[in-house]
Amino acid sequence: MRWELEPNPTRGKVLGAYALFLLLALFLLGLIFLAYGVPPLKAYALLFSPLTDTLGLAEVARRTIPLLLIGSGLALAFRVGFFNIGAEGQLLLGAVGAAYVALFLPPGPWTLPLMFLLGGSLGAVWVGIAAWLRVRFGANEILTTLMQNYLAYYLVVYLVAGPWKGRQVFGFLYTDRFPPEAQLPRLGDTLVHWPTLVLGIAAALLLQTLLFRTPLGFEWRILGENPKAARYLGLKQGRLLLLAALSSGLLAGLSGVGEVAGIHLRLLEPAQISLGYGFTAILVAWLARGRPLGVLLTAPLLGLVLAGGDALKLALSMPFRVVDVVAGLLLLSFIGAEALSRHRLVWRR
Amino acid sequence: MLKLENITKRFGSVVANRRITLEVAPGEVLALLGENGAGKTTLVSILYGLYAPDEGRILLEGKEVRIPSPKAAQRLGIALVPQHPELIEAHTVAENLALGLDLPAVFSRRALVRRLRALLEGHPLGVDLEAPVARLSAGEKQRVELLRALLNRPKVLILDEPTSVLTPKEAEALFQEIQRLKAVGLSVIFISHKLDEVLAIADRIAVLRAGEKVGEVLRQEADKDLLVRLMVGRSLAPPPKVPPPREEVILEVEDLLVPRHGFPVQGVSFSLRAGEVLGIAGVAGSGQAELVQALAGLRPFRGRIRFREGPWPRDPARLFALGVAHIPEERSMGVVEGMSVAENLALRTYRRFAPGGILNHRAMEKEAEALIGRYGIRTPSPRTPVRFLSGGNVQKVILARELQVSPRLLLAMHPTYGVDVGASEEVHGRILDLVQAGSAVLLVSEDLDEILSLSHRVAALYHGRFVGPIPREEADRERLGRMMTEGRV
Repeated sequence: MRWELEPNPTRGKVLGAYALFLLLALFLLGLIFLAYGVPPLKAYALLFSPLTDTLGLAEVARRTIPLLLIGSGLALAFRVGFFNIGAEGQLLLGAVGAAYVALFLPPGPWTLPLMFLLGGSLGAVWVGIAAWLRVRFGANEILTTLMQNYLAYYLVVYLVAGPWKGRQVFGFLYTDRFPPEAQLPRLGDTLVHWPTLVLGIAAALLLQTLLFRTPLGFEWRILGENPKAARYLGLKQGRLLLLAALSSGLLAGLSGVGEVAGIHLRLLEPAQISLGYGFTAILVAWLARGRPLGVLLTAPLLGLVLAGGDALKLALSMPFRVVDVVAGLLLLSFIGAEALSRHRLVWRR
Repeated sequence: MLKLENITKRFGSVVANRRITLEVAPGEVLALLGENGAGKTTLVSILYGLYAPDEGRILLEGKEVRIPSPKAAQRLGIALVPQHPELIEAHTVAENLALGLDLPAVFSRRALVRRLRALLEGHPLGVDLEAPVARLSAGEKQRVELLRALLNRPKVLILDEPTSVLTPKEAEALFQEIQRLKAVGLSVIFISHKLDEVLAIADRIAVLRAGEKVGEVLRQEADKDLLVRLMVGRSLAPPPKVPPPREEVILEVEDLLVPRHGFPVQGVSFSLRAGEVLGIAGVAGSGQAELVQALAGLRPFRGRIRFREGPWPRDPARLFALGVAHIPEERSMGVVEGMSVAENLALRTYRRFAPGGILNHRAMEKEAEALIGRYGIRTPSPRTPVRFLSGGNVQKVILARELQVSPRLLLAMHPTYGVDVGASEEVHGRILDLVQAGSAVLLVSEDLDEILSLSHRVAALYHGRFVGPIPREEADRERLGRMMTEGRV
């Protein structure tokens, strides 16, 4: 009995492997629930409860929005070989840009477009620093973008505690409420700021088209899969890398605008602006296997995990970060399924 | 000594080995000859415990054995010298050899060296036990691999394409060593696709084709012609004559200097006319790669290059647009494995398929189909990822892509490296077509026969120094060999 490589697994086998490992992940999760002292069946039900009513679905949708925007940008960046771990910081910079327009520029019909414009640009500039360092000096972008997260975090803390602190907020650390012109419309009385959702879906479609249907995408794919071939062909590697990085930063910035203009309506402490969307979106992009279109599937999946985690927290007073455990198990099971589907067990003597 | 009976191995629907029966006696050298993809490597992997056969049995000294792992193979007395040395570069020779021994958990370096000296007594070593492996030449590394294989006193020694990393001189030494081992009763299985070698060293020759054993002959009964017929399934045409070059000068290189780690490549001056092939030989690592990279716009250089009396842009994309094609040293550089055959064929010309900014995949695949037919690329479809193609077919993809626009100059480095006989014949044919049409070719190769049969003039690189060129008529293997190893014309 031994493991052998199987280069061409059948579709049925791949699906089977994924189903098997998904069940395994759920089983392990059950053990964790048990160890924490909550009945596993009840916990499972709660985890999937957002799917059962409109309010729950709305919760999933509002979590999906930033994951969709950031995830499709990261899917592109990862594919091209730029490992942007700093989407969280780029999201925060987007929120800062939005807040500046909302709070300090005269309000009008131009306010919302201007917020998206400035927020997106700040996100792009933020990752642009890391991308430029990589292209110019070969600095590892995983480290630089990761560290930039902390800079962005404390920049927001400084702003809400200092110069931008609201006049009518007493001891709280946030700015004044945005004027009505700077607030995104929502679906009914949910928190689903639909213009950003539309933007996210459009981004995924656009990036998918760019990547697989245009000469630019052709060059991106060459660079991402074989940098040596890109060099051999004389592609402008630095420019291609920069462009992919800036796109991912731009989308992360836009998602930050959506969060403050659609949900919070003010700039507040960074931990409250984002539930770690920039990090969860790494999973989203990874699960989509570098296909922006796949993000349309994986972003809602992780959105469900985040919303389900909320339900667990409220009903069973588990810590919210149980969502990280769920997401982690999900990732592990997918990696396991991938490995299983690429191998086969040979039973012989 | 060792006997294989009806060994069959399938990978999905592909049969890699079909009912192969082989036997090797003590003190005998059995050569396993076959083109790439004939199933040689699979058979070796089965013998060395990396794959389990689907059918058939293995007998060692008359007893049926199972070989579930390389460790088990070693314990049974089967040793393998892999094609490319698999040593730990940062460690010393002694430490690498220690990996082949059963050692106590804690041991002193001195005790190790002493034990190795005792074990290796009688084997001319020629390698410093305390030298770090990174400093050894390819030939020395292989020597270390061989010694490691011999440490456990094996009964059967498998050599997988052992000469592919060696210079002619080193290969000679290896053959002498094989003769010596043979004399002490070792069974040797020698895997190769080079006919001359097989004829030089083997006692018996088994030929594989498409996973099956198509013939087995004694050395005395074998000749080149017979072996080629068995291997390829047909005889090869004699190499075509290259027509004389034309008047027009395509490329002028004057006093080129390419800085690199170690020694620079220097003194490179030559001109190349339309329809002319200049062959450049050299021991691996003499600066050939750097020279070609500089010419291909991938590496800075000093000196003067004129291309058809115009300037020479240092940019691969613009060079290609001017009519300079490039077959790179490593195949992995010339293709993107995860992309389809059609996309790889369009790596240079993809913009042509996007007139309105949107890529027309259908047009790309249609053009690919034409190239696949014209160059005889064996692939299930134009959409198949290049990853699934054999080495020879990948090389044909590169060739088809580079030659489709009828370049004025072709920079070809190792165009048939690791490509089987049939495919290299086709590659040579395509290059000659190009020459006939009036293009110039710079051919860099480690295969002297290839250089001598295709070139009008030959040169060599010796420690980065450009030696020659001299007319083909004045060159033969010996003279070229001297140019490569002594740096004299």
